[in-house]
Amino acid sequence: MPEQKLTGAQIVIKALKDQGVDIIFGYPGGAVLPIYDAIFQQNDIRHILVRHEQAAVHAAEGYARSTGKVGCVLVTSGPGATNAVTGLLDALCDSIPLVCLSGQVPTHLIGNDAFQEADTTGITRPCTKHNYLVKDVNQLARTMHEAFYVARSGRPGPVLVDIPKDVQFADGTYVPPTEVKHKTYRPQVKPEIARVEEAIELIATAKRPIFYTGGGVVNAGPIAGKLLTQFVKMTSFPITSTLMGLGAFPASDPQWLGMLGMHGTYEANLAMYNCDVMINIGARFDDRVTGKLSEFAPGSKKIHVDIDPSSINKNVAVDIPIVGDAGAVLEDMIRIWKARQKRVDQTALKEWWGQVEGWRARNCLNYNRTEAVIKPQYALERLREALRGKNHYVTTEVGQHQMWAAQFLPFDEPNRWMTSGGLGTMGYGLPAAIGAQLAHPDAIVVDVSGEASFLMNMQEIGTAVQYRAPVKIFILNNKYMGMVRQWQELLHGSRYSNSYSEALPDFVKLAESWGCVGLRATTVAEVDEVIEKMLAVTDRPCIIDIAVDPKENCFPMIPGGKAHNEILFGPEDSPSDATPEDGMVLV
Amino acid sequence: MEEKIEKHTIAVLVDNEPGVLARVIGLFSGRGYNIESLTVAEVNNADHLSRITLVTSGTRMVVEQIKAQLDRLVPVHKVHDLTDEGPSVERELALVKVAGTGDRRIEALRLADIFKAKVVDATLTSFVFELTGTTAEVDDFVGLMAQLGLVEASRTGVVAMSKGATGF
Repeated sequence: MPEQKLTGAQIVIKALKDQGVDIIFGYPGGAVLPIYDAIFQQNDIRHILVRHEQAAVHAAEGYARSTGKVGCVLVTSGPGATNAVTGLLDALCDSIPLVCLSGQVPTHLIGNDAFQEADTTGITRPCTKHNYLVKDVNQLARTMHEAFYVARSGRPGPVLVDIPKDVQFADGTYVPPTEVKHKTYRPQVKPEIARVEEAIELIATAKRPIFYTGGGVVNAGPIAGKLLTQFVKMTSFPITSTLMGLGAFPASDPQWLGMLGMHGTYEANLAMYNCDVMINIGARFDDRVTGKLSEFAPGSKKIHVDIDPSSINKNVAVDIPIVGDAGAVLEDMIRIWKARQKRVDQTALKEWWGQVEGWRARNCLNYNRTEAVIKPQYALERLREALRGKNHYVTTEVGQHQMWAAQFLPFDEPNRWMTSGGLGTMGYGLPAAIGAQLAHPDAIVVDVSGEASFLMNMQEIGTAVQYRAPVKIFILNNKYMGMVRQWQELLHGSRYSNSYSEALPDFVKLAESWGCVGLRATTVAEVDEVIEKMLAVTDRPCIIDIAVDPKENCFPMIPGGKAHNEILFGPEDSPSDATPEDGMVLV
Repeated sequence: MEEKIEKHTIAVLVDNEPGVLARVIGLFSGRGYNIESLTVAEVNNADHLSRITLVTSGTRMVVEQIKAQLDRLVPVHKVHDLTDEGPSVERELALVKVAGTGDRRIEALRLADIFKAKVVDATLTSFVFELTGTTAEVDDFVGLMAQLGLVEASRTGVVAMSKGATGF
């Protein structure tokens, strides 16, 4: 067969097709025009034109998180690439597989401070799992395939490929993905069996056990969630999860204790504090989860399953580390548990569940129900009821509304919940919702939002309108950057420095100006009505402005630097007791 | 809780590609690890492999974290902790320029002889010595020369290798 010569731009498109890409999110510019020309001349890959490059990356994250596939982004050089940086770091923190292609000035101009030149690989090096600058068109296909391999293998993450404009024009040889094998990168997927056996022995002796699971289970694919559910049911242990892990175990199950951590449930946090055996699967002992490290689950033996060896013993020293894919490890755990005919300690477990149910009876998510004002929790409860049984996905922005959504919206399946956990990027939710909606055109996609976060990427309404993505932007409007205000109230003497949302637009008129549906609820009675109207809109985006209690705070809360058993339940708990000096420096 | 600071020499085999050193250095600065010394050069021309020798210090947990983080970098082939993995040899090369005349010049030459330093450049008023040895030996030599007209010293930092027949 004669060697096939293609231009660099054609190689890019062919590589994307061979990698199974059907949607790419991007924004054109001078340094990527050849690739845009190649996109114009084909119909297999759909390009979604965003309104800002940051949103392209978040949209690709929403796409990736809701499908389990690699998300794909295309941006130009200079400002195109620097605008994408926040999204790339967001994906790195939350282990989302992405490939971001960026244009670069021609190779002979690199280093000359050319127009729209940026040292993109230099800038994005600490914000990506890996990145490449391709200077030879004959390395382009190989690099593209490597980028996809690196993005989805091991602990997933964003990979950037920087492609100078002359390389996009040059003729080169294409190689298919099958011929590309990475030289060095071979993450360990299968665990060391001896370690799994050790873990099983420990699990079988547990008297006060808990499963603590995270985003690693979601990333390991739907099968990992099923295996987790199976193993948790076999042991009848209680289970909690991080923000990123919600949905891997069904929230409707009685063994589910809710989310743990700073705004986690009382029962989850106290079970963590008092446990004797902790089984961490795919979570990373983040500071939002552990609180005060020296008092984190003080009497426990810890098993830690993670695909990333650098996550093990990073924050918390563990007794049995297991490096491997969550699904592969769970499979081995179940097999060995059965083969060794292990039984749990029923008597101890009964007593433990008695304790846990006692904590659960505290009903920590309870709030002051009133007819006078819409409580944000109430709005989410009504949303929950309206979405029950319907095929839906939820994204969030960052702040109080995000924590309330995590507390009040239940997920029975993985990949249904998309939120910016590690980086905490305001403005994530709307573009992520668009990405999820385009991947699942028939599903209901709701962006639970706050008025301040929404303003950070509201230009993406234009994208949603253009591609008829009927996302629902559910704004819990308290006219404050609520979480900032809450911390100012609790930790900074109620000095509300710059946290009031002054000069807000009329969100209903804003929606109408884009040809979307705008709805508003200002009384408790209107909440169900607007939710019903919102769900009836299927051909265009819908903005729902819910005027919620501006003073409501998110509880329970473990203040920074405090242990899991030092929880604030509500406004009646004295904030001054909650403010150790060393805790104030923590974010 | 074990909080003892340990010093470790770590050898890293990497693809010799643009940016790889920046990745390693960025890892150390970004995560707040110490670098006491770092050397790098290509060791296998055919496969484009470079060997980085790092001397770092930290608690046991931090040192383990450094190794895991290094190993996680995509162009890294192997990470070896020479301090942990049995006996190893460590050497540094230094060029040391000393200027002076008379007795000081003679004393400098005599000490160089004791340290087995080579004269690689000589003028009527100066020497450049080449010295290979452990970090401590080089420290000692440079310390002595400081009293005999030291102009400047240039050091490579540590290169290291495990003892015995097995390699990387």
